[in-house]
Amino acid sequence: MKSVVKQEIHGLNGDEAVALAVKQSDVDVVAAYPITPQTIIVEKLSEYVANGEIETEYVCTESEHSAMAACLAASATGARVFTATASAGLALMHEMLFVTSGCRAPVVMAVANRALSAPLNIHGDHSDAMAERDSGWIQIYAENAQEVYDSMLQAFRIAEHLDVQLPVMVGLDGFTLSHTLENMHILPDAAVRKFVGVRQFPVVLTHEGKSVPYRLDPENPMTMGPVALPNYYFEFKRQQEEAMKNALEVIQQVHDEYAQMGDRHYGDGLLDPYMLDDAEIAVVCVGSTAGTVKTVVDGLRAEGVKAGLLRIRTYRPFPDEGIAKALEKVKAVAVMDRSMSFGGNGGAVFHEVRHTLYDATNRPYIVNYIYGLGGRDTSPSQIRKIYEDLQKILQVKRVEDHVRYVGLRE
Amino acid sequence: MTSKEKSWKEASLAGVCWKSSMTYLTGDWKTFKPVRDVTKCTKCLLCTLFCPDAAIHWDPKKGDIEFDLNYCKGCGICANECPTKAIVMKIE
Repeated sequence: MKSVVKQEIHGLNGDEAVALAVKQSDVDVVAAYPITPQTIIVEKLSEYVANGEIETEYVCTESEHSAMAACLAASATGARVFTATASAGLALMHEMLFVTSGCRAPVVMAVANRALSAPLNIHGDHSDAMAERDSGWIQIYAENAQEVYDSMLQAFRIAEHLDVQLPVMVGLDGFTLSHTLENMHILPDAAVRKFVGVRQFPVVLTHEGKSVPYRLDPENPMTMGPVALPNYYFEFKRQQEEAMKNALEVIQQVHDEYAQMGDRHYGDGLLDPYMLDDAEIAVVCVGSTAGTVKTVVDGLRAEGVKAGLLRIRTYRPFPDEGIAKALEKVKAVAVMDRSMSFGGNGGAVFHEVRHTLYDATNRPYIVNYIYGLGGRDTSPSQIRKIYEDLQKILQVKRVEDHVRYVGLRE
Repeated sequence: MTSKEKSWKEASLAGVCWKSSMTYLTGDWKTFKPVRDVTKCTKCLLCTLFCPDAAIHWDPKKGDIEFDLNYCKGCGICANECPTKAIVMKIE
């Protein structure tokens, strides 16, 4: 039963969309440090606080490491917590990302994906977030500003779900999404409040023998984040892996529930395929480039070419079963990576898609394209060339070089 | 590892301690234990102040100090600080 709520159309960029989603989501604490291209998010949020539009506690920290430490502490007290960062800021948080996920704190963070230095570059690519793929955070990458807004609202529900209890990163491509104005549909405040609800807490047994909600409470003291030596550390890491597995299901449920209310969906919430059912050749990509790829697919389809796209929306947990199923009839696959794994013979997305296809009955030809580093533009003609390369691979029946570069001067 | 330790399914979420630290006998970490020569000890109580684990107590009834070997980690600070060299560290 669909009960779509009435929505207004606003002109917002991706950063403003994040700030608005946070404003509507009853967030208790924001602790952040500004960094391009995320700055608009925290500027807007501090404006909301200064104007008394929200009751959120805004904590200005002196670095991103401290920002994440403050977020973890606030989350431990039971608060709903948000922060935003990018590039070097995310890299500086590295240590605290693991502490936050290890403490099972459901912090939500927007990452305006940006290149890492050196050389210094403020523009969009996935180097920052891909480097944190093993940090125990759920990672969702949006294709456009509308999806940024929608994903942010879903993120709180996913993070705080009792079967998950993990932090969530929502990625928006620097400048392409963070700073580009889009007409988008905005839900009424009341509908968002109802959707996100109030934070849920799992019950834990304390040293006093009490079963109480997992949060710091002077009435019910507990030790959080203790030392775990070789006899226990491993068990807690295995729990995190289980939570990630549970998240595969929860992300789809929350996405479906949101689609019922807001009438917008992105595939199944994990994977967003486009013209893939009968495709012979396909591109796999992450983030905003999918929009350009869709335009190219439309053109190729008009010419009778069976081209398709598989956009990975949820990168952690990695939806390997879904990817294997989505690509089972495809004969040649091009995986696009917007970051490098130096010395790794291809990018991270390529590694994992290729690993997923190892057990496939009919393994497709697979090739990797590194693109868009440091904000390098990727044009429809360059993507069309990728599909032409796939057609050539099908003709010669082999892949000459597995790792290729898009728009690089040779 | 012993069989009484919990599996990952049984262990608490994120390691919330299910036992009080009072029941965790950190004294079993030690290699050396303090041994006191009562004839040299002047009961100056410096050892009770320096012990980082508060494992040396003054017992007013006995009028003497007492080592709590359940919590002594064997660091040897007491032996180092003792002005009369009444405490020596011996291998357990």
